[in-house]
Amino acid sequence: MNVRRIDPYAERIRRNRLHPRHQEFARPAWRWAGPNGVTRIDPHAIGALGPNGIRRIDRSGAVVETQPLASSPIESGPSRRMVVIDDPAGFVMVVPECPEGRLSDHDRDLFGLARQLADGQTLAVTAVTFQGAVAGLEEAGADRWIDLSATVDGDTHDPESRLAALVSVEAAMSPRHWLFADSFPGGGDLGRRLAARLSRSSSHGANARAATRVWQVAEGLALSRAGDRQDIQRELPRILLALPECAKPVSETRHEARPVSIDAAGSKTSDMTAVGVVDLGRVAVDPQQIPLSQAPFILSGGRGVGDWAGFHHAAEVLGASEGASRVAVDDGNMPRARQVGATGTFVFASCYIAVGISGAVQHLQGIAKCQRVVAINRDPGCDMVKRADLALIADGDAVLAAVCERLGKPRAAEPSEAVSEAGSGALSKEERYHDAA
Amino acid sequence: MTPPDAAACPVVALVSSGRHPVSGRPGRAREDARAVEMGLTLAGARLQLVHAGNAEEPALRDYLGMYHGLDDSAVQGELALLPMTPADDAVPLLATWLAESGCQLVLAGQRAECGEGSGLLPYLLAERLGWTIVSGAATIERVDVDRVTLLQVLPQGQRRRLEVSLPCLITVDTLAPPPRQSAFGPARRGRIQVVDGLTAEEDSASGEWRWQPARARPKRLKIVKSGNARDRFRAAAARSSAGGQVLTDLTPEQAADRLIAYLREEKILSEEKILGDEMP
Repeated sequence: MNVRRIDPYAERIRRNRLHPRHQEFARPAWRWAGPNGVTRIDPHAIGALGPNGIRRIDRSGAVVETQPLASSPIESGPSRRMVVIDDPAGFVMVVPECPEGRLSDHDRDLFGLARQLADGQTLAVTAVTFQGAVAGLEEAGADRWIDLSATVDGDTHDPESRLAALVSVEAAMSPRHWLFADSFPGGGDLGRRLAARLSRSSSHGANARAATRVWQVAEGLALSRAGDRQDIQRELPRILLALPECAKPVSETRHEARPVSIDAAGSKTSDMTAVGVVDLGRVAVDPQQIPLSQAPFILSGGRGVGDWAGFHHAAEVLGASEGASRVAVDDGNMPRARQVGATGTFVFASCYIAVGISGAVQHLQGIAKCQRVVAINRDPGCDMVKRADLALIADGDAVLAAVCERLGKPRAAEPSEAVSEAGSGALSKEERYHDAA
Repeated sequence: MTPPDAAACPVVALVSSGRHPVSGRPGRAREDARAVEMGLTLAGARLQLVHAGNAEEPALRDYLGMYHGLDDSAVQGELALLPMTPADDAVPLLATWLAESGCQLVLAGQRAECGEGSGLLPYLLAERLGWTIVSGAATIERVDVDRVTLLQVLPQGQRRRLEVSLPCLITVDTLAPPPRQSAFGPARRGRIQVVDGLTAEEDSASGEWRWQPARARPKRLKIVKSGNARDRFRAAAARSSAGGQVLTDLTPEQAADRLIAYLREEKILSEEKILGDEMP
């Protein structure tokens, strides 16, 4: 009698579909005789992958041959289903904020909320933009697109002409809902202006009052945050000002964003009377005066920085706010208020340059929300280099000095004595340290 | 900062009762207190406070207690109280009072800390009165005969200068200068004048609302879109982000070039900024 021998390693690999050598050991058959003569059926080997990548087993008796998993269409990434609405029953207007001319995450959430309101009623989600071309409206979920850049200057802050343009859109299309991002001074301001203007015309009745700080819409009711730790639940109003993460962004469908033109827009805005608000432009803000948690661009130094005067100069040249790691603060090189990390300040900069910071866990927690991180460090294996989008393996002091030089403002030119007596480099450095202290 | 013209233009601050964010204790609202502080630096003792609501509100005395440290030491605060119940609409009351008072400049917080707290009231008031409204002021730089120049708060610590025509309503951001302390003596001396002859209407819009204690908002989870368990497992087990570009063996000059190129590419470092710095 021959005894059936089982290789336990092979069995284990066979069971573990994630094992790298699984394909070698996998049985080709879905049905086989087990060690004691019992018929074994592998349910994973039968059936076929459906259109959504889910395995379907046909029990009707028809033989369905399975395909190898590697060739399934899921591997290439999910493709979006195209949705076209030709005859909408109404419109849901979304006014994205588009900071820097791009859709933000908050805007995408707004479009997700708009789709939630529009689906099931064949309403068309319409994006209203004041900048010219905005990329990604199709993926965000806009069926129609109204470009008001011809009547409104998208770059300056001119809430009154924007309001007039929106009122003309309201008159032309009479949408079911208006959605704004509730953030000052962008969508929150414009949405409240529109709400106040529309509340004057009595045709809309009680639900003309806008719902602000909406964070959830479910079953035709809007849930919005009120003062004093209260929520208000109410029927869906016409104007909603929604908080970030009010709904999931659109991820499965793709829409056409068909341009729609509004004729009345030009004539209405031109006969505006005296302009109430005039934009005199941005004001130069000293980066060091911006609170660290709001600073858009931070140059942060740690133990690897030796030349602190050069560091301060580089921050000034780059126009960056200064930050520091805990070590730099403990050593007395930077004030405590500038400490970044779990024990200091959580920062939300769009660009964070870490010079000579190896990246302690607490520090990495503090910069978790930064969009772009650049690390300048001598150690290629440190955690900050792993976190960084761009890592430069070099000496921080030398790189900062070279940056200042490339930007035409080397530090040596700053104190006038240092230029004249170029030979006594050490002495002038000493003096500069005194200046910094 | 305050030219003599500002004296002719009375300044009014709208105040509301606030809640401490942690203890829930009644007191000054943070933004309204900043608005009062801004009004006191602008108009000094001529600042007039207005509140629509209950005369017994404890926070009102806290606002009156801010009338100290002014030029005229014998000054006392004045607050006009427009009586109404919490179910009433404050907009018609305030609009009537403001139209009669002949004031030109009204300061308020962006959003109340009690009640609906929607921040709509200044907009509805401005719409009804036909005034200009500006939100999120950080400082008022100048008051002229018919214009106000102010700095508006933008995200990421930026500021924008605006010129606003009078009469106007200005809402004040939390980033405005912090308010002075409320002192006991001025709070006792301050007068609360109840304005008679105004009838409040009930707020029709808020009738059908359901109030409930605020729920914590759910945190958004990382969603992996895949119908297939293997892919979802891989995505869950994978490290959160792949590493970026690592450049080794660079001289400091090369590294500086790469850094500047990267910052320019991401539009963080613009050419004009550098040139503008060089000008002076």
